[in-house]
Amino acid sequence: MTEDSPVQGAQADAGANGQTPLLQAEHVQLYFPIKYGVLVDRTVGVVHAVDDVSLSLPEGQTLGIVGESGCGKSTLARCMVRLLEPTGGTLRFRGRDITHLNRGPLQPFRREVQLVFQDPSSSLNPRKRVGQIVASPMRLQGMERDAARERVRELLDRVGLNPEHVNRFPHEFSGGQRQRIGVARALAVNPKLIVLDEPVSALDVSVQAQVINLLDDLQDDLGLSYVFIAHDLSVVRHVSDQIAVMYLGKLMELSPAAELYTKPIHPYTQALLAAIPIPDPQENRARERQVIAGEPPNPINPPPGCRFHTRCAWATDVCREVEPPLAEYPGGHLAACHHPRNVSAAEISAATRSPLSPLSSGELMPGGEQAPTSGTGESQVTARTGGIAEAPHEEP
Amino acid sequence: MTEPLLDVQDLQVSFATEDGLVRAVDGVSFTLERGEVLAIVGESGSGKSVTVMTLMGLTRSPNARFAGSARLHGGDLITASEQELERVRGREIAMIFQDPISSLNPVQRIGNQIAEQILAHEKVSKAEALDRAADLMGRVGIPRAQDRLRAYPHEFSGGMRQRVMIAMALSLSPGVLIADEPTTALDVTIQAQILKEIRQLSLESDSGVIFVTHDLGVVADIADRVLVMYAGQLVEQGTLDEIFYDPQHPYTWGLMGSVTRVDRDPPKRLPAIPGQPPSLLRVPAGCHFGPRCPHAFDRCHEVPPLEPRVPGSPDHLDRCWLDLADKRTRREVGGRIGLAQGDVIK
Repeated sequence: MTEDSPVQGAQADAGANGQTPLLQAEHVQLYFPIKYGVLVDRTVGVVHAVDDVSLSLPEGQTLGIVGESGCGKSTLARCMVRLLEPTGGTLRFRGRDITHLNRGPLQPFRREVQLVFQDPSSSLNPRKRVGQIVASPMRLQGMERDAARERVRELLDRVGLNPEHVNRFPHEFSGGQRQRIGVARALAVNPKLIVLDEPVSALDVSVQAQVINLLDDLQDDLGLSYVFIAHDLSVVRHVSDQIAVMYLGKLMELSPAAELYTKPIHPYTQALLAAIPIPDPQENRARERQVIAGEPPNPINPPPGCRFHTRCAWATDVCREVEPPLAEYPGGHLAACHHPRNVSAAEISAATRSPLSPLSSGELMPGGEQAPTSGTGESQVTARTGGIAEAPHEEP
Repeated sequence: MTEPLLDVQDLQVSFATEDGLVRAVDGVSFTLERGEVLAIVGESGSGKSVTVMTLMGLTRSPNARFAGSARLHGGDLITASEQELERVRGREIAMIFQDPISSLNPVQRIGNQIAEQILAHEKVSKAEALDRAADLMGRVGIPRAQDRLRAYPHEFSGGMRQRVMIAMALSLSPGVLIADEPTTALDVTIQAQILKEIRQLSLESDSGVIFVTHDLGVVADIADRVLVMYAGQLVEQGTLDEIFYDPQHPYTWGLMGSVTRVDRDPPKRLPAIPGQPPSLLRVPAGCHFGPRCPHAFDRCHEVPPLEPRVPGSPDHLDRCWLDLADKRTRREVGGRIGLAQGDVIK
């Protein structure tokens, strides 16, 4: 284990008997510069795509990452597989710092980490046969043609495709089958970690279930670890051990999978859950639903304090000024909120500041501002009765 | 009962291709009443989009063949001339598409795009049309509408663009509004906002809405009645509660079974429907779902099932040969509705 890693303390329990987590992100930051100019590019601003996110993934487990589009979940995934180089923070794979490695030294890492993309029809080369597509990672890693050919047939069989179809083109397969080809290609080099970026979003429900069951089986048989990115909370629930909720580049909540649904602590998580229609008409009608108004603010100029405060029904003055740290509640449930929901007063007072907290976050823990200025309590009440918070942050 | 708003009878759409005749829609009949939201559900390729696009006259092409009728205000949308269609489209029947970015013109200002339709149908001045456009944008929840008239589509977020599409569809207060997966490309939070808006607007204007989707959660949220399509055919139709609590067709059971829910512990394995939908070039001789149905018997593979009614519910139709009494036990899978016991897929 490396010495000065803040992440390890918090996640020691998840890491099971002190093993080094497979993948660790420590205060990872990715800012995209916005260039402007005719002859000389000047940087006129930055998009805060991922802003100080710390996570860790123990071997053999699945970490789900959810959030609305533009929250930085895909950018974070691309950082994790080092398709992008973080602008700040540290990425460790098996304890080894891979944040700024170049192409050459990254080669062994590339073999262990693979990516499956959202849209199987645009991530498979339409002019190549399935055999070539699945063999290419192996050929790149230096495997002989004949050995690769044999392995391709094995892999196709493994993902539930007919090995006789090696000479077909991607367009001859249905959406679900194409995603299986994408999975077979990812498996080709025997990776330890597969980052799945919305792998079933483009598929029909009945086919979604087929692909998810396949991913489940592969994880059990091959001991794989997954990072599963999705905007669909019901799919993530099925596959994940832990779920991270992101909003505007920040980590809002990190929770054991089941608890996120029974006990969402962050108001944003609550809002996300409430927005999902339940496929049961009677329960759907009976449910009290609060639709959050507005849209996420612009990540070029994110709001100060808690990034969700512009849409939050419980936001008070402190939320507008102080960025909440990630508070760790019993059971390894983390949430960055000044006004946590679904937790008792005892749980709030027992909460500790998680070392995963962003460096820019304040020291103030929830419950710490219980004797606030007189205005705070009042605005809380109006916000609640008003139901929906107005979103002053318009896109420019 | 008064005459339905829209009456579709035995609609058939097929396309001649190099490989043969693709039977995209094969004998679909349904009606739409005023103030009602009718959902059409099914997998991709089930013919749900072709059905609604045909109603809009958007599938007409030299290789397309049509049969059946779709009566709207005394006219027939299937046999109508292009001229008649032009008069009807927008004014009596309008459509919201799935992907707002490809349905909006990227080089035209939003206001002009909404006003264009008003100007095409009514004798009003440009300024008046733009005023109405701003008014419509306000109605569908676009803030500062007057300022936004001059914006281009790329300046809008996905949810706002879909609102523009809705404003456009509503500009002439059509009696029938077709929404083809209008929220599939949006985030759940924005989806919830848009669904609420569509629901409210349909109530206000007393128009009928046909809502195409593959998401059963959305169906439960918005629909009054449901049509279930599979491989070009209507396999079941009924009220929202009939479809969810008393589904008759095994394909509907499979759909219900494979849905994941956020409010329940997930099952160890997700139940899936085995296999793939058939190619519409070569549909099975009997029941189209037969080859994937674990309950199928000889007759299912030989004779296409008719549309029997479910006793006691005059509007609940399904296309299945199974004995009605038998279905109740067959669809019970571990206390919930599903296609079959155990893990049926590879």
